[in-house]
Amino acid sequence: MNNPQDNAGNSIHQATFISGHALNVPTLRVLNESGGVIDGAQMPRIDQELAQRIYDTMVYIRVLDERMVGAQRQGRVSFYMTCKGEEASIIGSAAGLSDDDMIMAQYREHGALRYRGFSSENFMNQLFSNGKDLGKGRQMPIHYGSSELNYMTISSPLATQIPQATGYAYGQKLAGNDAITMCYFGEGAASEGDFHAGLNMAAVLNAPAIFYCRNNGYAISTSTDEQYAGDGIAPRGVGYGIETIRVDGNDCLAVLLATQTARQYALAENKPVLIEAMSYRLGAHSTSDDPSGYRSKEEEESWAKIDGVLRFKTWMETQGWWSQEQDEALFDKYRQEILSALKVAEKIAPPRLGELVTDVYSDVPKHLQQQLGELKLHIAKYPEHYPAAKESH
Amino acid sequence: MAQMNLLHAINNALDLAMADNDKVLCFGEDVGHFGGVFRSTSGLQDKYGKARCFNTPLTEQGIIGFANGLAAQGSVPIAEIQFADYIFPAFDQIVNETAKFRYRSGNEFNVGSLVIRTPYGGGIAGGLYHSQSPEAYFTGTPGIKVVVPRNPYQAKGLLLASIKDDNPIVFFEPKRLYRASIGEVPEEAYEIELGKAEVVISGSDVTLLGWGAQMETIEKASEMAKEIGISCEVVDLRTLLPWDVDTVAKSVTKTGRLIISHEAPLTGGFAGEISAMISEQCFLSLESPIYRVCGLDTPYPLIQEKEYVADHLKIFEAIKASVNF
Repeated sequence: MNNPQDNAGNSIHQATFISGHALNVPTLRVLNESGGVIDGAQMPRIDQELAQRIYDTMVYIRVLDERMVGAQRQGRVSFYMTCKGEEASIIGSAAGLSDDDMIMAQYREHGALRYRGFSSENFMNQLFSNGKDLGKGRQMPIHYGSSELNYMTISSPLATQIPQATGYAYGQKLAGNDAITMCYFGEGAASEGDFHAGLNMAAVLNAPAIFYCRNNGYAISTSTDEQYAGDGIAPRGVGYGIETIRVDGNDCLAVLLATQTARQYALAENKPVLIEAMSYRLGAHSTSDDPSGYRSKEEEESWAKIDGVLRFKTWMETQGWWSQEQDEALFDKYRQEILSALKVAEKIAPPRLGELVTDVYSDVPKHLQQQLGELKLHIAKYPEHYPAAKESH
Repeated sequence: MAQMNLLHAINNALDLAMADNDKVLCFGEDVGHFGGVFRSTSGLQDKYGKARCFNTPLTEQGIIGFANGLAAQGSVPIAEIQFADYIFPAFDQIVNETAKFRYRSGNEFNVGSLVIRTPYGGGIAGGLYHSQSPEAYFTGTPGIKVVVPRNPYQAKGLLLASIKDDNPIVFFEPKRLYRASIGEVPEEAYEIELGKAEVVISGSDVTLLGWGAQMETIEKASEMAKEIGISCEVVDLRTLLPWDVDTVAKSVTKTGRLIISHEAPLTGGFAGEISAMISEQCFLSLESPIYRVCGLDTPYPLIQEKEYVADHLKIFEAIKASVNF
């Protein structure tokens, strides 16, 4: 019920603004810039096994990204996007989840997918759009998805996953699942209407979701000072009545701590949490982008110095959980594994021609059967013009 | 059997669906305690609780985004967009997400359980923003089905079939008929198969094709034609995507003439698509051009609505022109 007395106790009698910058949101940090634990910092729940799983994933993604950018330059795949600079943010947050939690990502979060166990074969089959791609060769490279791993298939339009995550989480709550939904997006996507719609609905309808904003400094070429005028994305969560925390995205332990805490809260209270992870996209937006047109080498280098993978590795070494020899061996192992998976995947035939018309609907309706039939007759007339279709017959 | 108006029939279908399956949820703006601005969800919150029938904040893109997520999760969301005129903020969620969810994931995920209900059409003095018929924006989108009922019996059967169907559906409800259309409706659950047109009146001289509220106008024109000795076959398309080419083609092959009438503007309307397909399928049977009787290519007017609409007299004139061609 709306009550006119509700605001009576908090009135002013002079026209006084609340400053647009009144919320000075602090940043959670556990590791300092050289990888040492800050005195008095709360530690996440982490043991050697978890730390090694996180670091293993970081190395895998570094190798995959390096190899696939090379493959794109060689013309072997059409397109690629790297995670470089954000590994600690993405993998550290994925490590704070349960495997039953649904992940609805934007596109740069393949580290989270790998953390869940997506294989080299799965990555390569998607990147090469071959007949074994779970997505049946329908989407551009990096649009991964896996029902088995609770990782929603990526779609290119930005922020559409945000209200969807609210709905998914609401459904999990009604079903009584011991699981939440993790929703990743960038600070650029937070300018879309779907961001506002999704967070507001999650707050009002009490959906157990974590909204994880990867603030990486750039939306393609647009820097944050051209994206928003306020103090980043975090204050918006407060505006929606959502529990909010900002974290150093290059500090894997802080990211893990924030995510573990957020998950626990979301599940116990059936309410959303907003995490804003401050990081930097060290690589280009995609292989179609050249960052030298909009930012300086000095800027990139200043962020490379506080790289999250390096800081986490240093911390692990201090724990006695990791050595230089192990590191070199791991890089070698993944370089070989990824290269051989690549060589296999690029030779696998494309999906059957018939897959062109499946999955539009649950069954192939009559008009699509007819259209496929006509297409086959046409291809039969000009087989040399459609070599891929011939190969897949 | 019971006498129901179209709203009662919709409400009854939602009630039966919610009783049948705990996963069915009804939500949208003012849908909860108030029961919707047209009262189509009346009583559902009292009966099934606030968790399953509820108000959402005022955000159409949010409602459909939320519904997509619910459907992907395994719930059966029935999302209401208060007026079809206000569906456009949700256009991206419907066209880029709902419609492509299964295809883009290689069937790893789907939102097949989703139904989007929305009142459409004119005749209620609603002017530009409470009168539109935006179905043709959606018929060009593979991956969704588009369904439009013409009366209470059809509304209940088609809505229950839409809820059961394993594909996302945009269900346009003719709001002019919500209270105006009354008929016999079985009280138990039943389904009317999607993707099938219905021959409502058999005839021999000319086929009249339409859907939704326009069927009433078409039938009125067919009665006028009957009085001057012209026999019209009246066909309700019912599902616009994918549409029943065979039933329409069979009728046109018999009559040799086709008139399509819809409320939406002429240019870019779904009648154009039907006309092209039937020209291909029935070219040698046609004895006159296929005529379209539609709204003018203007925004939907207010005070000049009577002049603007594709009324029975305009259809009657088209029938005579077709027969006398």
